[in-house]
Amino acid sequence: MEHYNMNLNLKVWRQKNCKSKGEFKLYRVENISSEMSFLEMFDVLNEQLIHDGEDPITFDHDCREGICGACSMYINGKPHGPWQANTTCQLHMRAFNDGDTVVVEPWRADAFPVIKDLMVDRSAFDRIIQAGGYISVNTGNAVDGNAIPIPKDDADASFAAAMCIGCGACVAACKNSSAMLFLSAKVSHLALLPQGAPERKSRVMNMVAQMDKEGFGSCTNTGACEATCPKEISITNIARLNKEYLGAGFTSDK
Amino acid sequence: MTWKQVFTSSVGKKLVMGFTGIFLILFLIVHAGLNACIWAGDNGEMFTKGAHFMGSNWVPRILELGLFAGLFLHVIQGLMLEFANRRKRSVGYAVSYGNEGSKWYSRSMGLLGTLILLFLVLHLYHFWLPNRSNQGFLLGEEINLFEKMKLEFSVLWVVIVYVLGCISLGYHLAHGFQSAFRTLGIHNKRYNTLLTSVGYAFSITITLLFAMMPVSFYLGWV
Repeated sequence: MEHYNMNLNLKVWRQKNCKSKGEFKLYRVENISSEMSFLEMFDVLNEQLIHDGEDPITFDHDCREGICGACSMYINGKPHGPWQANTTCQLHMRAFNDGDTVVVEPWRADAFPVIKDLMVDRSAFDRIIQAGGYISVNTGNAVDGNAIPIPKDDADASFAAAMCIGCGACVAACKNSSAMLFLSAKVSHLALLPQGAPERKSRVMNMVAQMDKEGFGSCTNTGACEATCPKEISITNIARLNKEYLGAGFTSDK
Repeated sequence: MTWKQVFTSSVGKKLVMGFTGIFLILFLIVHAGLNACIWAGDNGEMFTKGAHFMGSNWVPRILELGLFAGLFLHVIQGLMLEFANRRKRSVGYAVSYGNEGSKWYSRSMGLLGTLILLFLVLHLYHFWLPNRSNQGFLLGEEINLFEKMKLEFSVLWVVIVYVLGCISLGYHLAHGFQSAFRTLGIHNKRYNTLLTSVGYAFSITITLLFAMMPVSFYLGWV
């Protein structure tokens, strides 16, 4: 695709901290290359703001390779912007045209309070993982990976679920601010493997309980999470989570 | 994990919605099947026989209590979930994701359900209430429901409200049917495809069947 430069109008959410009331501010960026990433465009804007003695815009980012799940901007009405199966850092400016107005908001959910500007606190996800998103392994020599036979389809489905980078776009996209796609991915990738079997009942129960405690909404299967997920986590995982929950709830001994 | 904990978590509440939803879907099949007797072409004879059985036999009358219990649970739980979910995002978005990520009716289950509930109030007022009060709410003498249908469905606004009620039900089912089964944990690929097509087919059939009843009376087809 041919390279071009563009001038953009940005409408960015600015908020001092979680207690203050935020508002949109208008910015103009000029001579933005179509080959820049969206975050690089924000770097240019921040350089400009620092030069003008203003407070730069705070946003989350880390790897900028689309694999860490740190970036989290809600761009023009969609988490991670207009492209499919894509993170904000991998969104490139060729997605926009000269003269466009781009609205950038933080993830909005009470379970993800705004820390500053476009940065939200997603530690709720960490606490959900801590509640059971792991397997307990005894110390000693590691067991040979091939010692436990696993059907290829199960291994593939498990890996597809394990692709979840925990960015929180599913929560941001959901009308109920539900974390079910995230939770279901974390439950599924272990539920599909024999290593996850011993703790399967307590895992699903504890993780659902923690999710509720964090203040996420409940799932109504609208599918907005799946449509926006940068890692294309399937909503089928939510049905699998429901099955795990039903099985644990009805057969648990405790 | 107590039973109470199982059914009051966010997933547990959805299970209640799913179970009661499927129960109400089964009721719709019975209701539509029985009412379809109005088209038997015998001036309501077969329909009256069926209606008489449903109203005067103690088996369906006891099941009726279960129906009200299921309906009540579905409505109360649904409204509570709707309000609770709305409270999870106190600052909304300036630009909404909208129809790009999900179907409008999947996001409007609360609204569609409320419309169906309002329609149900009118519907029970038209048929169930006069019939049961005539019976003294026990197994007393019923009214002629076929004649009552003829009377009510001779008024245009009633017919329009009924058709709108059926359309709300259709959209509610278009999402609710597949969603209920997913909530119960059906995730196999082959069933997913089946569920989607059966769900849409069921929604359209039920909507058309019920909507054609007042229309048939109004146009004098029965």
